[in-house]
Amino acid sequence: MIKNRWEHFPHDADIGVRGIGSSKEAAFAEAALALTAVVADPATVAARVKVTLSCAAPDDELLLVDWLNALVYEMATRNTLFSRFEVSIRGHALEATAWGEAVDVARHQPAVEVKGATLSSLSVHRDESGAWIAQCIVDV
Amino acid sequence: MDTGRLTRQSDFEWVLPPEGAMRVPAVIFASAELIRDMDDKVLEQASNVASLPGIVKASYAMPDAHWGYGFPIGGVAAFDPEAGGVISAGGVGFDISCGVRNLLTGLKRPEAEAVKTRLADALFQAIPAGVGSTGKLSLNDKEMDQMLLGGARWAVERGYGEAADLDRIEEAGMMAGARPECVSHRAKKRQHKEVGTLGSGNHYLELQEVVEILDAEIAQAFGLSRGDVVVSIHCGSRGLGHQIGTEFLRRMAVTAAEHGIVLPDRELACAPIHSETGQTYLGAMRAAINCALANRQVLTHLAREVFEKLLPGAKLELLFDVSHNTCKVEEHEVDGRKSRFFVHRKGATRAFGPGHPDLPEAFSKVGQPVLIGGTMGTESYILAGTEAAMANTFGSACHGAGRAMSRHQARKQWRGRQLIDDLARRGILIRSRSERGIAEEAPGAYKDVGAVVDATERAGLARTVARLRPFICIKG
Repeated sequence: MIKNRWEHFPHDADIGVRGIGSSKEAAFAEAALALTAVVADPATVAARVKVTLSCAAPDDELLLVDWLNALVYEMATRNTLFSRFEVSIRGHALEATAWGEAVDVARHQPAVEVKGATLSSLSVHRDESGAWIAQCIVDV
Repeated sequence: MDTGRLTRQSDFEWVLPPEGAMRVPAVIFASAELIRDMDDKVLEQASNVASLPGIVKASYAMPDAHWGYGFPIGGVAAFDPEAGGVISAGGVGFDISCGVRNLLTGLKRPEAEAVKTRLADALFQAIPAGVGSTGKLSLNDKEMDQMLLGGARWAVERGYGEAADLDRIEEAGMMAGARPECVSHRAKKRQHKEVGTLGSGNHYLELQEVVEILDAEIAQAFGLSRGDVVVSIHCGSRGLGHQIGTEFLRRMAVTAAEHGIVLPDRELACAPIHSETGQTYLGAMRAAINCALANRQVLTHLAREVFEKLLPGAKLELLFDVSHNTCKVEEHEVDGRKSRFFVHRKGATRAFGPGHPDLPEAFSKVGQPVLIGGTMGTESYILAGTEAAMANTFGSACHGAGRAMSRHQARKQWRGRQLIDDLARRGILIRSRSERGIAEEAPGAYKDVGAVVDATERAGLARTVARLRPFICIKG
C-alpha cells in the first residue's frame, strides 16, 4: 500500500519539492502540496476558492515543471495559496483543479515566495516499491 | 568538495583542467576552508558550464559559490557569439538583475539612533515587503513597456528620484537593447502590482553603519567614513523577471537539440546567441534588467520620503547600484585581442577595475563599488573592482555570503520571535510580516561573509574598502 505524501529535500540556496503517490496524478498533486509548504503550512490554508488549470508538455518531466509553474503563476497573480488538488493526466497533458484561499499574512505566516520551478533534480519516475515520484528544485 | 581532481594554482585559485566534454578549464576562487565546505555539485556545475559551445577562457566560480540550477550560483562564464557562443536563462537566474544598491545619507549613527524605532516603523510602513505585498504603482500596458525600455531613467522621469542618481547605476540606469515585445503577457501581468516592492526571502532594505574603513583612499572616493549611516537595498526584477526566467528556461530546454547543442544536463538549457530564441531572450532579459533598475529606483524614492519626514537634514545620495544576475555584452582582452563577449554572472557582481571606460568619473581612478550583502545579524561589505579581476574573471567578484544550511534546517533550529528579540538586544531592529521567514533567514544559516570577502580580496578579484553592520532591517 503506497501512502500519498510530500516532502522537501535539501538544496544549497533553494528547496527541493517531492511528491510521492500511488499514481502519477497523486504524485503531481503531492508535489503541488510540497510547493505550497515552501511558502506556508498547507494545513492552515482553507479550500475556499477554486481554480482550474491545464498544461501540456513533450514529456512527464517538463509536464511537472509546467504544472508547478502554472501554480506559481496563479499564486502570484491571485495572491492565493492552494491546499487541495485534483489532477488528471492523459499522455503528457494535464488538467487540474486547485482549491485554496487568499494569503492571510497573520494566519499563514508566508515565509518566502516561489519564483519558479527549475529543471534541476527534475525527475518523474516509479521507484522499486512501485510508488510514483515527482520532484524538482524550486527557486525561492 | 573533494579537491583531488583540482590543481591548486595559488592559495586562492583551484583549477580543473579540461576533461571529457569540457572545452575550457573550470576555475574556483576560494580559500582551502571555503572550498572544503563547498558542495561537490559546484564543481560538477562549473565543469558542465565549461562544456557549453563558445565558452571563452574558463568557467569560473567565485568564493561564495554554491549549488545552483545549471550554472553554480557564484558562476561567471563568457561566450563568444562568433564562435557559436550561447546564452543561458539558467546562467542568469530567475531573479534577473537582482542586485544591491547603497545610498549615502550624510548622517552619523547617533543621529539615526535618536529616532531608530520610529525610523524602522516608518520604513516598514512605506516599503512593501514580503509575500503578496503590492506596490502603489499600477502601470497600464503602455506605461509598463515604457518602464521596460527606460529602467531607472523611466522612474526618474516619473518623479521617483533625481537625475544625478542615474550616473551611479550600471548602464547609467537604462539597459540598452530591451524589447518589451519579447516579454510575455503573463510576465507583465505578474508584475502588474509588484512595481516598487521588495519581495521576500533574502531581500531587504537595511540601515547600516560603516564600522570599519579598510582602504582610506578608496573610501574617500566613495564618500565613506567610519560611523556613517548607509541605506542598502537588495532586490530584483520581481514577478516579471521570474516569469521570463521560467518561460525561457523551458523554451531553451526544448529547442537546444534543434540547434545541435548536446546538454550534459537539461538544467543547462541554452540557445545560440544568434538564434531566434537567443535573441528573443536577450530582448526580454534586458527588459527585466530595466524592471529591476526601476524597482530599486522606486524603493529609493520611498526610503527618501521617510527620511525627509523623520530626518529632514539627511540627503540620500546614491553610492552605486550593482546587479548580480545578468548577461551583458562587454569588451574584454583575451590572448592579446580585444573582443565582445556575452558575460554571464549568476550570483556574481561586476567588478570593473580602475580606468574602465564604463565607470562614472568619480570611480575612474579607484574601480567600481562592489556591494556585498551579508545577513541581518552580521555584516555587509563594500569592495572595489581591480585590474586583476579584469584580467582573471572578466571583471567579476563575489556577491554575498551564500547559505550554509537549508531553509528547512534553519526553521528547525531557530524561532523567528526569539531571533527578533535577540537581535533587538544587540541593537538591530528587525521588521517583518513573517516570523517563519525570519527563522529561515537566520544569520547562522549563512556562511561567514567575512571569509568570502577575505578570499575575494586575496584572490585579487576586489579590494575591501569598508565593513558595515546593520541596525535596522526591513525583511522581505
